[in-house]
Amino acid sequence: MNAYLLIIIPLAGAVLAALWPHKGTRPLLLPAVGLTHTLLCLLLLVKPPVVDPAAWLAFDPLARAILPGVSLLFLICAWYAVGYLRLKEQDNRVFVPALLLVLGLLSAGHQARHLGILWIATEAVTLACVPLIHFSGTPRSFEATWKYLLVGGTGIALSLLGSICLGYASLHGGGSGDITFTALLAHGPDLSRAWVLTAWVLLLVGYGTKMGLAPMHTWKPDAYGESPGIVGALLAGGVTSVAFMALLRVKSVIHAAGVGAVADRTLLAIGLFSTLIAALFLLRTRDFKRMLAYSSVEHMGILCIASSLGAPGVWAALFHVWSNGLTKGALFLSAGNLQRAADSSSIDEVRGMSKVLPRSSLLLVTGMFAITACPPFGPFFSELLIVRTGLAAGQGWAMGLFLVCLLLAFFGLSRIVFAVVDGSPRRKKTNTSPFRESAGLILPPIFLLAASLWLGLFTPDLLKSAWSAAVLQLFPTP
Amino acid sequence: MPIYIDIVLRLLLWLLLAPLLPGVINKVKAWVAGRQGPPVLQLYFDLARLWRKGVVLSTLASPGFIIAPAVAWTAVVTAALLLPLAGTGAAFSFDGDVLLLVYLLALARFCTAWGAMETGSAFEGMGAAREVSFAVLAEIGIITAVLTLVVQSGSIALSSMFEPLSGPGAALLAVGLFIILLAENCRVPFDDPNTHLELTMIHEVMVLDHSGPPLAMILHGAAVKLMLFAVFLAQAVLPLSELPLLISVAALAGSVLLITVAVGLVESLTARLAFKRVPLLLTIGFLFCLFPLILTWMGES
Amino acid sequence: MNDTLNLLIGLAMGLNLLALGTSRLPVLIRTVAVQGVLLGLLPLVLEVHALDWRLVLITLATVAGKGFLIPYMLTRAMRAANIARELEPFIGYIPSLLLGAGGTIAAVALTRYLPLLPEHTGNLHVPGAMALILTGFILLIGRTKAISQVCGYLILENGIYLAGLLLISSTPILVEFGILLDVTVGVFVIGIIVDRIQRAFDSLDTRKLTALHE
Repeated sequence: MNAYLLIIIPLAGAVLAALWPHKGTRPLLLPAVGLTHTLLCLLLLVKPPVVDPAAWLAFDPLARAILPGVSLLFLICAWYAVGYLRLKEQDNRVFVPALLLVLGLLSAGHQARHLGILWIATEAVTLACVPLIHFSGTPRSFEATWKYLLVGGTGIALSLLGSICLGYASLHGGGSGDITFTALLAHGPDLSRAWVLTAWVLLLVGYGTKMGLAPMHTWKPDAYGESPGIVGALLAGGVTSVAFMALLRVKSVIHAAGVGAVADRTLLAIGLFSTLIAALFLLRTRDFKRMLAYSSVEHMGILCIASSLGAPGVWAALFHVWSNGLTKGALFLSAGNLQRAADSSSIDEVRGMSKVLPRSSLLLVTGMFAITACPPFGPFFSELLIVRTGLAAGQGWAMGLFLVCLLLAFFGLSRIVFAVVDGSPRRKKTNTSPFRESAGLILPPIFLLAASLWLGLFTPDLLKSAWSAAVLQLFPTP
Repeated sequence: MPIYIDIVLRLLLWLLLAPLLPGVINKVKAWVAGRQGPPVLQLYFDLARLWRKGVVLSTLASPGFIIAPAVAWTAVVTAALLLPLAGTGAAFSFDGDVLLLVYLLALARFCTAWGAMETGSAFEGMGAAREVSFAVLAEIGIITAVLTLVVQSGSIALSSMFEPLSGPGAALLAVGLFIILLAENCRVPFDDPNTHLELTMIHEVMVLDHSGPPLAMILHGAAVKLMLFAVFLAQAVLPLSELPLLISVAALAGSVLLITVAVGLVESLTARLAFKRVPLLLTIGFLFCLFPLILTWMGES
Repeated sequence: MNDTLNLLIGLAMGLNLLALGTSRLPVLIRTVAVQGVLLGLLPLVLEVHALDWRLVLITLATVAGKGFLIPYMLTRAMRAANIARELEPFIGYIPSLLLGAGGTIAAVALTRYLPLLPEHTGNLHVPGAMALILTGFILLIGRTKAISQVCGYLILENGIYLAGLLLISSTPILVEFGILLDVTVGVFVIGIIVDRIQRAFDSLDTRKLTALHE
């Protein structure tokens, strides 16, 4: 029951927000629903419910390992959204319900134990994000939305085809074609090999498009670059985690079918490719919102590399999902502040923001250091764990390449962030009122960075046991 | 009956019945337009009239100008004799005669184009170039249709090639062969036989300079070619080999008439395609012939 | 049953070629609509011996959605943008036709080598799905007008739907409905975006969407 509540509460909130008449008070629904959702998630985290194996939607160990983090990210972003939407003169009648809809659908996606339900939730999230991406209403944002829809839609279609192939693998192996993960895992060795491999390729490409892995990442810089900061934070932290979780669930089926080695190799290859591409583009981009998009591609690559390293790798990947989500959230929100104040996101036009918005600039710099694995923040510990796991698994060359890409990414990120923050600001005709760093716009990113710091230094045992339980669910036989 | 009587009878059948078809087409076009139109036997009267006239020869033209229509007519009629007529067999039949049929038609086209270019006029050259380029694409269609029939029946002799195809295969082949028929016989939407503007002519411009008996041979040859394609189409699509003899002959005659009426209707109801779109329609015709081939291949295994 | 199946899928594959060869948008939209209706009728054909009200319901919903609702939305978008013809596409008409035909043949040939259940061999079900998916991709990649690309996406979805029918006996009705709903809402959203693009760029030529780059 509680699992369904996690979905119903945000959806009900979305309907309520759509019907709410006052533009000024509508954004308050966001933290209200977010708080309820996060409290419920924490409750379920502390006291995990019993999972019915045949259920299609359940708060199983894997959902327990990831969903609370997404919920926390949403809560903080919702808090930011109140201050942000107060500054925006556009009507938020579609924006607020869409955000709540995204939260509900993300909850459904995380808890889906049926491939079909997982697909429906992911596709619905894709569609629900559309009004969020073109919220600013500029032609560039429509162009970004169009590319997002087309590339994302095609990717999602391919993942549906992959789901069908997996179902057919079960049918061909004498099963019933039931595509719940429980049934598929139970039938593991009987699944037809050819169909399983076809399904893996299609699902990797499909959900990889949603995650933003290279070479299917082309929509990411445009979409993250043109959408508001909150949307970027949610997309980077929440939607990618659903796609990653889908890949993890499917990978466990592939392992059960006996071709897990192929899956691991492909994941490692695509992960390394993504980090490399992201690092190379980070070295040449001239826009700090697109920079964050490439950083997101890089971290999705890191997640893939980690999950190819067996059970300890998946544990490190789950750790990284949390640390990446929280840190990226802080980065997107502070970058959003800077863009709003400077009215542009290109480093050719934005300079000296440390004098205009000192606190946001400090947050951006700190966030940049955090995301490039500077101790003592969360990403440092998760990435260190990944490297150690990789070396222990004998993937020395891969880890070497990985570290080189991290270094290149650091060069790229620091180049842009310091270009934006240092120097003296350009003189602009300020006929609009200067952007004030109100508490509602500064405290949320601070909170996210603090969470990331706390995660790194004092990783709670509760989370560690949650991640271990998830790994146990994914790799049932040692 | 003795073979020479058989051949003579078949020859007479083809030669005498062929001019009916353009007459039927013109009558259909007239009826659709709300007119009475010329009589169905008009082409006979035209041929008789032309035969009595003299020939106007260009001083530049070589004897090829006269030989070409003759060779073309002979080729077409020989090709027609190779086609079986609904269970009564063909005049000549041997393995691989279908290739000879295709080549004879190509020879006829070559001669017509040669004869056209003999006069040295620009319009004829232009028409010849257009006709030949469209013919290349139409040939692919015919070859594919022939391949389909070969795979279906397992034989490469025309007299045993016309085995019935399965339902959808026959429908697709019918449409494809109909498009090829329209292309090869220079009907709308590929070419308008009634146009009087030289720049828009394809086939007509090639016969523009002929007169008298050679022109009569060209017109008669075109009618025989139309009947050849109609008979080929009817037999490729309908399961005539399964019917008793008289009924199959009657069915063949009826379907040839039906095809002719269809050509007339298409001529009346559709507009001519722009030149650059013709390759597209011919490709579509080719694909319509290709898919029965795949269906028969699939059915084989 | 196999014959009706082959007939319906064969017609759908023929419509593929029509979609690849035409340059007129109303024809393209209507082709996609008819294809959707043909494929929507397939559950009735496949499960003719196990008909129940849920199957009939899903058939009606699919036919209504794919055959009428989605084409209506696309036609409205097309009228609002006041375009009716595709410009010279990236992949020309004859190359797309030949690619589509070649892909169809390859699909039929390759199906022989796939491990299939006995009830799915020997008919056009799997080759049809592959051919539709390929055609959808060719249209998606090769056309310049936004609405043509959306039609390509719809043909791709039709192909995936056809592939999904392989699992018809085991897919729950709710999942079918969910997928249908997603596709319909997707087209609705796309229609809105197309309208906004038209207003912002005064054209639906996607070659004009090039402002965003490094």
